[in-house]
Amino acid sequence: MSTFSEISRNGLWKQNAILAQVLGLCPTLAVTTTLTNAVSLGLATALVMALSSGGVSALRAFIPFEIRIPVFILIIAALVTMVDLAFNAWLHELYVILGIFIPLIVTNCIVLARVEAFAAKNPVWHSTWDGFMMGIGLTGVLAVLGAAREFVGQGTVFEGIEMIVPGAHAIRILPEDYSFLIGVLPPGAFILLGVLIAVRNWLDTRAAARARRQPTQPQLAAA
Amino acid sequence: MTLLELREKIGYHALLLGAVALAASVTLAGVDGKTRSGIAAAEQRDLQQSLAQVLPEGFADNDLLKDKVNLKRADGSAVAVFRARLKGEAKGAVFQMSARGYADEVVVLIGVDVGGRILGVRVLKHKETPGLGDKIEIAKGNWIRSFEGRSLGDPTAARFGVKKDGGVFDQFAGATITPRAVVKAVREGLQFFVANQPAIFAVPGKE
Repeated sequence: MSTFSEISRNGLWKQNAILAQVLGLCPTLAVTTTLTNAVSLGLATALVMALSSGGVSALRAFIPFEIRIPVFILIIAALVTMVDLAFNAWLHELYVILGIFIPLIVTNCIVLARVEAFAAKNPVWHSTWDGFMMGIGLTGVLAVLGAAREFVGQGTVFEGIEMIVPGAHAIRILPEDYSFLIGVLPPGAFILLGVLIAVRNWLDTRAAARARRQPTQPQLAAA
Repeated sequence: MTLLELREKIGYHALLLGAVALAASVTLAGVDGKTRSGIAAAEQRDLQQSLAQVLPEGFADNDLLKDKVNLKRADGSAVAVFRARLKGEAKGAVFQMSARGYADEVVVLIGVDVGGRILGVRVLKHKETPGLGDKIEIAKGNWIRSFEGRSLGDPTAARFGVKKDGGVFDQFAGATITPRAVVKAVREGLQFFVANQPAIFAVPGKE
């Protein structure tokens, strides 16, 4: 298996930022009230993670161990601010919705965690890919959480999509006056996140059990 | 001396930290310069659209963005007032007010006619909790329209608040601070308008 596909598997599943490392819960729980919000912030985070991992990796030979954290934070904060300004100037409609969340990316510890754990020790392209795939893994979980909370909380999917894709509409699945506040409130996010982590652990345990049984079968066939 | 040995020196640490900070600052200054005009243009466009939202259609025939007067509030903060005119006659004014919400300032745009009656209110900027406090946006609900037609004295000063405080305006389940901030901004906006009404329309329009 090539390094790049191994990195992808880590980011998407094996070391998934939220489900496996349980990092960056503050933005995870704060923005997943709708699917649109969740995916938008996830993609912005993936962009910042790819850039910051690539940038730190390029500079890694020059950064001494003792002052690595302030240097990393400086680089990440500068990148997030640039993304923030660029969105504001050139993607203003998207910025109006995401504006609140973009600066929050600095405080997402998964960004610093990948820079520290991966980019500081690996080549530029591997690091960029790692940052990006970690971000995509995060986006996937945010999307599931956002969709589930939006559905449980207010009975719609894709609310606010028209702000990103003009002409698109939210899909209302449950009646107009339906609302179940726990879906929207933070406790609902914690409960759903717990369920998601449990499902992931169950799938992994099942896969591991199957892998243990597997090697015995060819022997049986031979006998 | 190799890079590895150099990396251990305190002086190198200080210089590197300084250099990274400098590089970050210079880059950010550059990006800021590149994006500034775009951001200003986008905000201007937003303001124009918002101005149109807080005034009924056909209410004014002048270019409000150009018919502007800057006033000072009692606390020294500046307020830009855009004046609405129809065939040269003063009909109303539009201005921004803000109040402290749950997270940061909530900025509202208020349209008032010459009689001090609210024509419309829209939230321009806020950082309130998504899904809870953001129902103050017109995109998320009609709550913000409950101010239309209101003025100082309707409801009375004691009732110009959210229901939890004995007022007439609804709060949201799970979020009281946000609507309370908007109500406060609107109330202060009306007070500002009434106190400054002569000054607002004293300066002739530059049409």
